[in-house]
Amino acid sequence: MIVETLVVAAALFAVGLVGVLTRRNALILFMCVELMLNAVNLTFVAMSRLHGGTLGQAFVVFVMTVAAAESAVGLAIVIAVFRHFGTVDLDRISLLRG
Amino acid sequence: MVLALLQPAAVSASPAAAHPLAGTAASLVWLLPLLPLLGFVINGLLSVVPAARGAHVAVEGGAEGHDDKHGGAHGATLAPNARLVSLIGPTVIGAAFAVACAIFFAMRAAPAGAVATPFVQTYGSWMPAGELRLDWAFQVDQLSILMALVITGVGTLIHVFSVGYMYRDPSFARYFAYLNLFVAFMLVLVLGASYPVLFVGWEGVGLASYLLIGFWFTERQNAAAGKKAFVVNRIGDFGFLVAMFLMFANFGALDFAGVNAGAALLPTGSAVATAICLFVFLGCAGKSAQIPLYVWLPDAMAGPTPVSALIHAATMVTAGVYLVARSGVLFALSPVASLVVALVGALTALFAATIGLKQWDIKKVLAYSTVSQLGYMFMAAGVGAYSAAVFHLVTHAFFKALLFLGAGSVIYALHEAYHATHRDEQDAQDMRNMGGLRRFMPVTWALMWIATLAISGVPPFAGFFSKDQILGAVFARAHESAFTATTLAGVGGATWLYLIYGVGLVTALLTAVYMTRLMLYTFHGANRTGEGERSHLREAPWVMTAPVAVLGVATVVAGWLNLPEVVHHVLPLGTVGALDRWLAPATTGVLAAARVRPLAPEAHLSAGTEQALIGAAVAVAALGIAAAVVLLRRTPLVPKDDDTAAESGVERTLRHAYYVDEALERGVARPLATFSRVVLWRGVDTGLVNGLLVRGAALGARGLATLGAAAQTGRVGSYAWVVAVGALFVIGLVALR
Repeated sequence: MIVETLVVAAALFAVGLVGVLTRRNALILFMCVELMLNAVNLTFVAMSRLHGGTLGQAFVVFVMTVAAAESAVGLAIVIAVFRHFGTVDLDRISLLRG
Repeated sequence: MVLALLQPAAVSASPAAAHPLAGTAASLVWLLPLLPLLGFVINGLLSVVPAARGAHVAVEGGAEGHDDKHGGAHGATLAPNARLVSLIGPTVIGAAFAVACAIFFAMRAAPAGAVATPFVQTYGSWMPAGELRLDWAFQVDQLSILMALVITGVGTLIHVFSVGYMYRDPSFARYFAYLNLFVAFMLVLVLGASYPVLFVGWEGVGLASYLLIGFWFTERQNAAAGKKAFVVNRIGDFGFLVAMFLMFANFGALDFAGVNAGAALLPTGSAVATAICLFVFLGCAGKSAQIPLYVWLPDAMAGPTPVSALIHAATMVTAGVYLVARSGVLFALSPVASLVVALVGALTALFAATIGLKQWDIKKVLAYSTVSQLGYMFMAAGVGAYSAAVFHLVTHAFFKALLFLGAGSVIYALHEAYHATHRDEQDAQDMRNMGGLRRFMPVTWALMWIATLAISGVPPFAGFFSKDQILGAVFARAHESAFTATTLAGVGGATWLYLIYGVGLVTALLTAVYMTRLMLYTFHGANRTGEGERSHLREAPWVMTAPVAVLGVATVVAGWLNLPEVVHHVLPLGTVGALDRWLAPATTGVLAAARVRPLAPEAHLSAGTEQALIGAAVAVAALGIAAAVVLLRRTPLVPKDDDTAAESGVERTLRHAYYVDEALERGVARPLATFSRVVLWRGVDTGLVNGLLVRGAALGARGLATLGAAAQTGRVGSYAWVVAVGALFVIGLVALR
C-alpha cells in the first residue's frame, strides 16, 4: 500500500516539476506548484501512517495553510502582472535581466 | 621611561670615576654640542617667528636679495632681529670654544701620561638590542679635543666674519641657524665614542652642508649643487654603513674601544680588516671629496663663502681624515687598504691641483685646492702617519679658512662695487674681473699672501711644516714599514710609496703655481673690475678683516706646534714634535693598547736625508712661485667680457676639470635617467604596476561580474531549471555518498 501511494506521489511531483520547467503561463505554473505541494502532502500522510504518528499529518495542515496563502499572494501578483504587461507569458516578462 | 634611560649612565659612571679626567672640566663635554644646538634653536625660531608677523618685509628683502649669489645682499631692508642673531650666532660658538679650551687645559693639567685612555661619558642607552649595546656616549681624548678646538676656534672666527658678510641678507637668522646646527653636528662627529654616534654627526653635517650649499635656493643651480652634494655623499655613507655592519658582524661591538679590542684579535692582513677599511674609506672619500666622489665639492661653492671656509675647507671635509685616524687599529691590520688610501689621496692631490691651474672662479681654485690638500692628508693617513695627517688638517684649517675668507672679502668688495654701479649681473667671483686689488684691499692682500706662502710650503709658515712632515713620513715608510712587504697590483709597496712621494712633490709645485696665479690675478697687475666700479672698491669692514687677521696669526704660528728637529736647530720657534707627543695616546697609544703592530715604526730619517727632503720641498715651492710669476707676467689678462684668448687643448681640458662632470652626466646621470624613465617608469610603474596589476585587477573583476550578470536572465523558467538541476545534484550527492 505504501509503495503504491509513494509511486502516485512521485508521479504527481514529476508532473508538477515538468510543468514548472516547461510551461510559460504563470497560472499553469501555479497549478503545477500546487501539484508538487500536494505530492509532498501525500508523501507526508503515507509516511505518517507507516510510522504510526500524527506529526506528518500536522505538517500537511501547515503546508495547506501556507499553500493557500501563497496562492492568494501569487494570484494577486499574476493579476498585477497582467494589468501591467497585458500578458502572463513569463518568457516575455524578463525585466530583472542582469 | 626616564629612569630606564638614566640607569645605564649611572652604572657606567662608576668605572669612569677612576679616570684622571673625571670631575674636571672634561665632564662638561656635553656642553660642546649643546651650546651650538641652543644657538640653532634660538636662531631657527627667530628666523621663523617674524616671518609670520612681518612677512612683507621678508618678501621685499627676498626679492631684492635672492638674485645675489655671492652674499652681502644689498637690500635696504635688514632681516628682522639681525642684531640679536648676530649676537647669538657667534656667541654660542665662542662659548663652546671656551669649554673646549677648559677641557684642553684640564687635560694639560693632568699628570704627564695619565690621560692614556679616552675619557668616555655615557648619557643614556641608545640601541640595546640583543648583544648590541650602544650608548649615547662622548669621548674626550687628545684627538677629539684637538678637533673640537679647531672646529670651535675657526668656527667662531668664521661666525664673526659671517656677521659682516651676510648682514644684509634677508635670511640672516636662517643662515646662522644652519651654521650653528653644523657646528653642533660636527662636534657630535668628533666627540662620539662609537661609530654610530659619529655617524649621527656625519649625517648631520651632511644635512647642514646641503642646507647651506643651497642657501640661496631660489636659483636653480644652487639647489642642484646642494642635491649633488647630498647624493654623492649618500654613496659614501653607504660604504660607511656597510663598514659598520661588518664591524658588528665580526666584533659584536660598535664603540671605538670594543671595535679596537675585537680587531686586535684579527691577524695582520686579514680580509675582514681590509674589507672594513675599504668600506670606511669609501665613506671618507664621499665626505672628504676624494676620487671618485670629489665632484660635489667644487659645486658646493654655490653656498655663501664663509660656509665654504667653515664646512668645505676647514672642518667637515676633514671628517674623513679624522675617521681614518680614529680607525687606526683597523688600518694597521690592513697594509693593502692603507696603501689604497694613500694612493687615492696622492692621485686626488695631483688631479685636483692640475685642475686648479686653469680655473677662473676664485672659489673654484680654492675648492680644487682643498680637494688637493685633503688628498695630502689621506696620503699621510694612508701610510699610518696619523699625527702628520692631523697636523696638516689643523694647519690647513687655518690657512684655507683664511684664503676662503679673504676671497670672501674680495667677492664682497667687488659685489658692493658692482651693486653701486648697478651692474649686478657682473661675476664678482671671476678673477678676470679682479686684478690690482692690492691698492684697495691692502690688509686682505697681505693676509692672503701669508696663507699662500703657507699652503705653498714656504718656511716658516704653517703649511711648510705639516706638508714636510707628510712627505717625510711617506719617504721614511718606503724604507722601513709594513708596506715594504706588501704588493698592490703586482707592484711592491716601497715602489708605490716612492711614487706617492714624487706625486706629493709635484703637487706641491702645482700648489705653489696655482696659488701664486690666484694672488697675481686677484691682487696684482692692472685692475679689470671696471672704470665706474674702481672708486667703489674698498676694504671689507673690520668685522670681516679682524677674524681673517686672527687666522693670519694662526697661519704663521700653527706650524710651530710640531717642529722637526733639523729645523729646530736653525729656527727654535717652539718645541720639537709637541703635537706628535700630544696626539700619541690617540694615535700610537691605541695601537699599543690593542697590541697591534703599527704600520711603521716611528719615522727615523737621518738628519742628512731629512735636510735633503726639506730642501727639495722648499725648492719646489720656490720654483712654483717663481714659475707662476714668470709665466703669468707675459699674459696680460683682459676683462672677462672680451675674453677671446685661444686656449690649447690641454688648457681647455683643465678648465673643464677633465670633463669629469660632463662624463658623469653622459655616462651615469643620463643613462640612469633614461633607464629610470623607460624601464622603471614606463616599464615597471606604468606597465607592470599600473597596467597589469592595478588595471588588470579591475578588468578581471569586471569580467567575472559580466559572467555573473549573464546568469541572471530575468526568466523564471531558467531559474526553475537551475533550482531543479541543483536539487537533483544535491540529491545525487546525498544518494551516492
